[in-house]
Amino acid sequence: MPLTHLQRLEAESIHIFREVVAETGKPVLLYSIGKDSAVMLQLARKAFHPAPLPFPLLHVDTTWKFRDMYALRAQVAALPGIQLLVYQNPEAKRRGINPFEHGTLHTDLWKTEGLKQALDHYGFDAAFGGARRDEEASRAKERIFSFRSANHRWDPKRQRPELWRLYNARKFRGESMRVFPLSNWTELDVWQYIHLEKIPIVPLYFAAPRPTVRRDGLLLMVDDERLPLSAGEQPVTRSIRFRTLGCYPLTGAVESTAATVPEIIREMLLTTTSERQGRAIDRDQPASMEKKKQEGYF
Amino acid sequence: MSPRPSYQAPALAVADIEAYLEAQQHKSLLRFITCGSVDDGKSTLIGRLLYDSKMIFEDQLAALAADSARVGTQGQNLDFALLVDGLAAEREQGITIDVAYRYFATDRRKFIVADTPGHEQYTRNMVTGASTAELAVILVDARLGVLTQTRRHSYLVQLLGIRNIVLAVNKMDLVGYEQARFDAVVADYRAFADRIGMGAFVAMPISGLVGDNIASRSERTPWYRGPALIEHLETVPLATDAEQARPFRMPVQWVNRPSHDFRGYAGLIAAGRVRPGDAVRVLPAGGMTTVSRIATLDGDLAEAVAGQSVTLCFADELDCSRGCVIAEACDPPEAADQFEATIVWMADEEMLPGRTYWLKLGTQTVTAQVQAPKYQLNVNTLEHLAARTLDLNAIGVANISTDQPLVFEAYEQSRELGGFILIDKLSNATVAAGLLHFALRRASNIHWQLLDVTRELHAQLKHQKPAVLWFTGLSGAGKSTIANLVEKRLVRMNRHTFLLDGDNVRHGLNRDLGFSDADRVENIRRVGEVARLMTDAGLIVITAFISPFRAERAMVRQMVAPGEFFEIHIDSTLAAAEARDVKGLYKKARAGQLKNFTGIDSPYEAPIAPEIHIDTAKLTPEEAAELIVSRLMP
Repeated sequence: MPLTHLQRLEAESIHIFREVVAETGKPVLLYSIGKDSAVMLQLARKAFHPAPLPFPLLHVDTTWKFRDMYALRAQVAALPGIQLLVYQNPEAKRRGINPFEHGTLHTDLWKTEGLKQALDHYGFDAAFGGARRDEEASRAKERIFSFRSANHRWDPKRQRPELWRLYNARKFRGESMRVFPLSNWTELDVWQYIHLEKIPIVPLYFAAPRPTVRRDGLLLMVDDERLPLSAGEQPVTRSIRFRTLGCYPLTGAVESTAATVPEIIREMLLTTTSERQGRAIDRDQPASMEKKKQEGYF
Repeated sequence: MSPRPSYQAPALAVADIEAYLEAQQHKSLLRFITCGSVDDGKSTLIGRLLYDSKMIFEDQLAALAADSARVGTQGQNLDFALLVDGLAAEREQGITIDVAYRYFATDRRKFIVADTPGHEQYTRNMVTGASTAELAVILVDARLGVLTQTRRHSYLVQLLGIRNIVLAVNKMDLVGYEQARFDAVVADYRAFADRIGMGAFVAMPISGLVGDNIASRSERTPWYRGPALIEHLETVPLATDAEQARPFRMPVQWVNRPSHDFRGYAGLIAAGRVRPGDAVRVLPAGGMTTVSRIATLDGDLAEAVAGQSVTLCFADELDCSRGCVIAEACDPPEAADQFEATIVWMADEEMLPGRTYWLKLGTQTVTAQVQAPKYQLNVNTLEHLAARTLDLNAIGVANISTDQPLVFEAYEQSRELGGFILIDKLSNATVAAGLLHFALRRASNIHWQLLDVTRELHAQLKHQKPAVLWFTGLSGAGKSTIANLVEKRLVRMNRHTFLLDGDNVRHGLNRDLGFSDADRVENIRRVGEVARLMTDAGLIVITAFISPFRAERAMVRQMVAPGEFFEIHIDSTLAAAEARDVKGLYKKARAGQLKNFTGIDSPYEAPIAPEIHIDTAKLTPEEAAELIVSRLMP
């Protein structure tokens, strides 16, 4: 009985979850509500079944996610054996930071700062993230166990070699690990697994008629009344879906009619651009993701 | 290069997506490594594999074209090497500095490629990349043939247990696709492969740049009858499947006990297969039971095989925790605490024989000591060199002892139970990778002799509690002076004592040791063992050694019975000790006549929480001795 590639990826991810629980003090799963988080959650449940998850989920909220995302988050929080924590950076909240007026400050304060504050606030020493090595060139060398200094910085020179299945999770007080159980998965693997395991995901991944406006080359969805419309700008109903999900004013949709997972996979195989095109965050400058990582963003 | 369509969708996905997904679910996974220096065209080959397996999207191709024009080395052509470069800093320097993992898939297999750079950190990175690979592509430039580097790569690949080897004779376009040149390179390699005991390998003539024999067989090499590279990668039998035929082994990662009615042992099956009803043994204790269930979220399984993560339940209650290995009852692995191993040193700080490190193997973590290497290996010439230690990227063979028995198999048989890492106890860094060869029989054959006259009896006879008074401090701080006064006071109180002095011990027991960091560690280890034996004899042992490193003082503390170790810091400023300079050593050290002198060109790590702290600026030696005795004999 040879194992398939998905069986081997699944086994590896489960092994990683268990190593972290066995070797760190207070782990947490960073739950972003996206499809990668959904897969992580499924793998984590498999790793510890029949026990409840031995760690909570943490959503670092920006208040600017799609409404459908908040709805799925509420469903997940209601599952038996799941503890879901939501953290919002109080400073960003007080200053009313938003993606329209504040540009990159929006990501810095809500996400990067918010994440560091949340980890410090709860005292988590290991955080599972859904990043994959195939997403971006600078991630190809990221370790599965990524060591972070006491101020959450990632230092490429202090990362530990990872041999066989042996991960070194030892650290001093204040230092922490970011752990990426999906490191060796590709986007196609993730979709195939969602299909195979029938994992619930945010409906926005599936095409439907939705109100949209086109700005700076991005097709944005008018998700609520907070999206300021310029004079003469009229939302147009288009059949769209999202390849990645983040803050709705920063996340571009694609026009599509793919309404099921197989249709999404087919569309993905037929499209000719890589995944992160839809996210404004990577476009600032070359190697921008690497800079964000050094600062503590995933 | 003519613009070619970049990414192309699989035909079946277009025609019938359900059938396509069904087929996708039967794909297997192959992890491999590519070895070669920058000039051998390694990055170009990987870029070519991604390109030819249609994994490069339009936007990536556009970015590649822009990058090729800006920093590329291929003129007007696409520079595939840029596709596989990662960090911004490396791109600008034109080198890669670490292991990068690349992903591509064909209709039959998914591939994970470990890409390692070709400069001086090579050994560390390549060993890391090879540890998870089951196939290696060794690149040779057809014009240059087998080089020192080729031999080094081949040796490392062989060492790490990779048995599927592809010799890719690259840049055939630059030698006119000549068969004679190819044959000569292959014959040369065969001769070397025989020398290192490498079995069969598959040789193919390729050009990464032009694409010959990569995705399909090239018309320009009609004399070559073997498979194209991708074809071979798609069909080579997987070593991970062969693991299923070995006896069952599963290291326990985590005990799952959510309630009184469930107790399961979670782990990834390292070898073999398991079914409910199978008799198993739990090592190292050796208790036997049968497997009652294989529990998963998707329901209980009738069978599980090597490579799967499962949770096993037992028919009987049994002592089993993280670090135990569940194994086939009639064919279990051994447990031992002394081994011979190959060690690949991966840290900037050299290995210190005698120092204790954490050793992690499977899910077991123990304390281990590495002895001085039997030899170091020159990876270029395969010569054995004499060595007292190992530094960054050095490979050596040494004996290792652990404080608890390890369940293991020889690395040749099992990567999962034979490969380990060493972790520095102070920095927490991963400092070495190791491969176990075999257990030294001493561990199983030398048992503790049970003695009728126990250490308690020895102590009772002397009417005292044994102790080790461990004096530490800079040279000239006053350790020997105060230790001597303490001993005189104790003897006056009818205590049985013995003073081990640094200088005196170096005249005899440790006359073979110098003052390098490695020798200092061994010096302290031996003194620690002697002190421990003397406490068994019931003595109060007083030692006066600089003992500059915290790790070694902690090691001795662990050797001695709990509560019997007293760390006494004779604290003097360097200036005060140097001003005293009774033996004239500081003067010599300052003049450069004495190397590795503590405080001058070798560090002193002061105790953090000593049992007794003596500030020599405030107390005379007599007062200090009085204080120590009063603390010891309240």
